[in-house]
Amino acid sequence: MPDISGPDVLGPDTAVSCERVTVRFTTERGTITALDKVDLSIPRGSFLTLLGPSGCGKSTLLRVMADLIEPSAGRISVLGGPPATARLNREIGFVFQDPALLPWRTVLENATLPLEVGGGKALPGARSPQELLALVGLGGWEGAYPHELSGGMRQRVAIARALVSGPRLLLMDEPFGALDEITRDRLNEELLQVWESTGTTIVFVTHSIYEAAFLGQEVLLLAARPGRVRELVPVDLPMPRRLAQRETPEFTALAGHLRRVLETC
Amino acid sequence: MANQMASAFVDDAAAEARFLARRRYLAWRRRVLPVVAVLVFLLLWWQAVERFDIKPFIAPSPQAVAAVLYERFGILMDNLLPTAIEAVLGFLLGNFAAISLATVFVYRKTMEEALFPVAVMVNTIPVVAKAPILVLLLGNGMEPKIAIAAIICFFPTLVNMTRGLRDVRNEQLELMRVLSATPREVFFKIRVPNALPYLFSALKIAASTSVIGAIIGEWIGSTRGIGALILQSTFNFDSPLLYATIVVGSTFSALFFGVISLAERRMLRWHVAHSG
Repeated sequence: MPDISGPDVLGPDTAVSCERVTVRFTTERGTITALDKVDLSIPRGSFLTLLGPSGCGKSTLLRVMADLIEPSAGRISVLGGPPATARLNREIGFVFQDPALLPWRTVLENATLPLEVGGGKALPGARSPQELLALVGLGGWEGAYPHELSGGMRQRVAIARALVSGPRLLLMDEPFGALDEITRDRLNEELLQVWESTGTTIVFVTHSIYEAAFLGQEVLLLAARPGRVRELVPVDLPMPRRLAQRETPEFTALAGHLRRVLETC
Repeated sequence: MANQMASAFVDDAAAEARFLARRRYLAWRRRVLPVVAVLVFLLLWWQAVERFDIKPFIAPSPQAVAAVLYERFGILMDNLLPTAIEAVLGFLLGNFAAISLATVFVYRKTMEEALFPVAVMVNTIPVVAKAPILVLLLGNGMEPKIAIAAIICFFPTLVNMTRGLRDVRNEQLELMRVLSATPREVFFKIRVPNALPYLFSALKIAASTSVIGAIIGEWIGSTRGIGALILQSTFNFDSPLLYATIVVGSTFSALFFGVISLAERRMLRWHVAHSG
């Protein structure tokens, strides 16, 4: 393998660092550059949102961090080592757009799955699935099957499941994209509470300007064809955030800025 | 946080009573209507035999069949036993082989590319053509009948099981990779449970076809069994015995199907519930 991952030159305060990360896919239509020389550094404990038009490679970038896709070129380091090490140490939690629950397992059995797999390796940071289900508001639903839950509740189970191994990095790929707006707003607020109570680093992919601005400490704007970094926008809104803050002039100005940049992506 | 979900339930005893009564009514209807249909059919059959004065060797009346079922119950059961053993053993053998080969197919694409067309070819040979070949190969005992029942079960299970093991949602596989799951864990925690609904669809088909396979095997060369009794009673123009034999064979098939359906309901509670 070429020099893709290296030592954590940026120090222990960095959760993820990318240096000129490039990903190319070859299909029958030709070779596509999904990500082109992405440079990025995500501090530990921070909340970064990735925003961009479809085809900008935001999901690809997330999958590179999770060791689901290998970069074609460039260096990436996750929690001080190669992504594969972080994955094998079970330090990465992933929430997909589809909750990806196992329909034959109850809510509790789904949330317990991460503790059952991985070849019996000990998980020092493991948390109680019951407590996490209570944290995401599903106390009392442990025995229900996924088909008995609403879309929002399924995604809550997926979040609890992603937190069970005690990950230091939580990657979320448009987790609320398929939900109605009211449920999405509520889950946005709750996710910030989960973030504050767990202290985990969160990287959150979305195509909603409001979601990106409301959740992130920083918003990374990506441009499409080829996917590349457009701008890193800091969000100077105080924490803890509440939905009402979206009506403030500061928030409106920020959303307006994001929209104007997105129009040129 | 989100505790308003539980309070969506309110107490309305009258509405719940109406709901349960309606459900009981629908359940009874499902059971009673087929019985009514069978009774009407028997009545029409009996009336047709009486009115048009049909000769007993052409078509017996329902009473004559019932009488044979009662009087010659011992003979019927003696002949059911070998057929049942052949069908059940063939069912087990054929499905076991199909499940094993499906597992190989999922992990060794080369094997699927090489063997699946062969399986399709063998499947296109009619059972009545396969049966004599197997009797020549395996002799005149139970073995060729078991083999025919097994072969007849094999193909549907192979196709369904391969599909069930393979048609796993991509997110579930990505999830297992993020969790650093071993291939064995992916197989037993994702692929096998995913394949169970597909498998049971095939097993329900196999439950009835394995009995058919055993009967066809007995036609080729046997002195005992449902198949043999069907041939004997036909040659003797003993149509009440012929009909009674068919009733016994079908009842066994239906029971076998029922056992598999029961197993499906127990093992796939999650699936039965949301497929209605």
